[in-house]
Amino acid sequence: MSQLIAFWSILMKDMKNYYLKPPNISWGIIFPLSWTLMLFVRSGSPVDIREILPGVMALSILFGTTSMLAVTITFERKSRSFERLLLAPISLNLLMLAKTTGAILFGVLNAFVPVLFASFLIDLSGIHWVTAFSGVLLIAVTSTFLGLFIAVSVSEVFEAQTFSNFFRFPMMFLCGLFIPVSSLPALLRPVSYLLPLTYGADILKQSINQNGFLSAPVSFVVLLAFGLALFTFSLRNIKKRWIY
Amino acid sequence: MGETIIEAMGLCKRFGDFTAVRDASFTVEAGEIFGFLGPNGAGKTTTINMLTGLAKPTAGAILIAGEDGIRHIKKVQQRIGIVPDESNLYEDMSGFDNLVFCASLYGMEKAQREARARQLLAQFGLAETGKRPFKAFSKGMKRKLTIAAGIIHAPRILFLDEPTTGIDVESARQIRKLIQDLNGQGTTIFLTTHYIEEAERLCHRVGFIVDGSVIRVDAIGSLMQDEDQAYRLDFTLESHQPALLEAMSQAFPNIQVSVLDPQRIRLLSPTRVELAPFIQFFEDAHVPVYEVKLVHPSLEDVFVRITGIEIARLKKEKEGQRK
Repeated sequence: MSQLIAFWSILMKDMKNYYLKPPNISWGIIFPLSWTLMLFVRSGSPVDIREILPGVMALSILFGTTSMLAVTITFERKSRSFERLLLAPISLNLLMLAKTTGAILFGVLNAFVPVLFASFLIDLSGIHWVTAFSGVLLIAVTSTFLGLFIAVSVSEVFEAQTFSNFFRFPMMFLCGLFIPVSSLPALLRPVSYLLPLTYGADILKQSINQNGFLSAPVSFVVLLAFGLALFTFSLRNIKKRWIY
Repeated sequence: MGETIIEAMGLCKRFGDFTAVRDASFTVEAGEIFGFLGPNGAGKTTTINMLTGLAKPTAGAILIAGEDGIRHIKKVQQRIGIVPDESNLYEDMSGFDNLVFCASLYGMEKAQREARARQLLAQFGLAETGKRPFKAFSKGMKRKLTIAAGIIHAPRILFLDEPTTGIDVESARQIRKLIQDLNGQGTTIFLTTHYIEEAERLCHRVGFIVDGSVIRVDAIGSLMQDEDQAYRLDFTLESHQPALLEAMSQAFPNIQVSVLDPQRIRLLSPTRVELAPFIQFFEDAHVPVYEVKLVHPSLEDVFVRITGIEIARLKKEKEGQRK
């Protein structure tokens, strides 16, 4: 029970201190809008909103979660308030789950902002919502744990942002959102399969437009494996670097 | 006192080729204020980190309140409070919210943690300012609130790292009083400080750590007793030259002479000394004497004798580190 109290308090503290702050709420709204506009300008013609929806959702989650987590953990580490959490009588696993749950929820909410906007403009019937929501959740989990992996590998907030881009931009272009994986040069195709977003984006494509190219159960398993591996690796890094 | 509440046995911490703490062994008794003294880089913080679970010893064992401090650190953390050398609460949260949050980390129920936060804010004289965000607090208030956060769960042992460094004299006085009150209520205090006079005033026992080795652990009384056996006379002269000191050493072979500043010298004698021969010596040397003072030994003298480290260096190092 005491562990649950601590978990809930850390989560609520993060929500109040970071995720529900006006700049972050506006980020959650402006970011998906910008992506939609960018794709609109790029195409030069009226875009098929439903076609770009999986991409905007996936990128909103990826950028939202990795940015927030890299900043909040690195910032707390820098101000030494994170030390207070490490010295509390809660297990490291639970502590890091509490720290990441806020970012996961933020990512999920970010993903549904473009869906909300789209619902005013197009007919969203035919979407397999359970699969879409599960996909969103798993993309949020893996992206958050990627953010955690980045946050525990650096010391400064600016390093976290730079390091995040090292992962985010290749993912953006190689995950099949803009260029189908089958159209990528043969050399880059294996790289695409090493990126968690490839699987997440495919689940969203499948559930929204029924045009995914991977089996959904396989994508779910791969995403779970990515999430587990990133979380385990991050915990190992924390034990090595912060509980030295 | 009497029951051992902290026991460090042969603690070692190595970082590659560098040994930060070597074979450190000491005990802390329940109910005492134990001071851990040493210069910057001596291994104080590494030792505290090992005792509190922020660092893993390379070798050795730790027993805290009967628990294995390495294998069962989470159980130990339930019983200890930690106040780091920097106030590390959340800047945007109010004093009250910070305390309530810290209480929740120890699994306290909502009503219980709010009541405890109010009680501590009142006890620490922060009831009026408790609603302000932490970033609006003065340094002294921040320090007090950080200590309050450290004892929010009423721990049996409180680790305080440099509790009065960098704050004003009045706040430092209040914090020392708080530490004594807490100890009076039964909390064992493990304190590191570079203010030796603070340790002398507060601590029952102290441990000296230099270059990673704990070189002496003893009660203040015993340490002072050793030192009391020497007599110290401080002479304030118009000036002194090396030749004068050399002549003094020859004239008084049993006396040890050391320079305190350009006008003051200290004579150290294993036995009681008469003043007249010294006054006569300075008269013959045409050096006016302005003041002679019999100096009682302090913990600073003990520290300097045992560690060979000058206090001025200790303070300078710490101030440099803060800048």
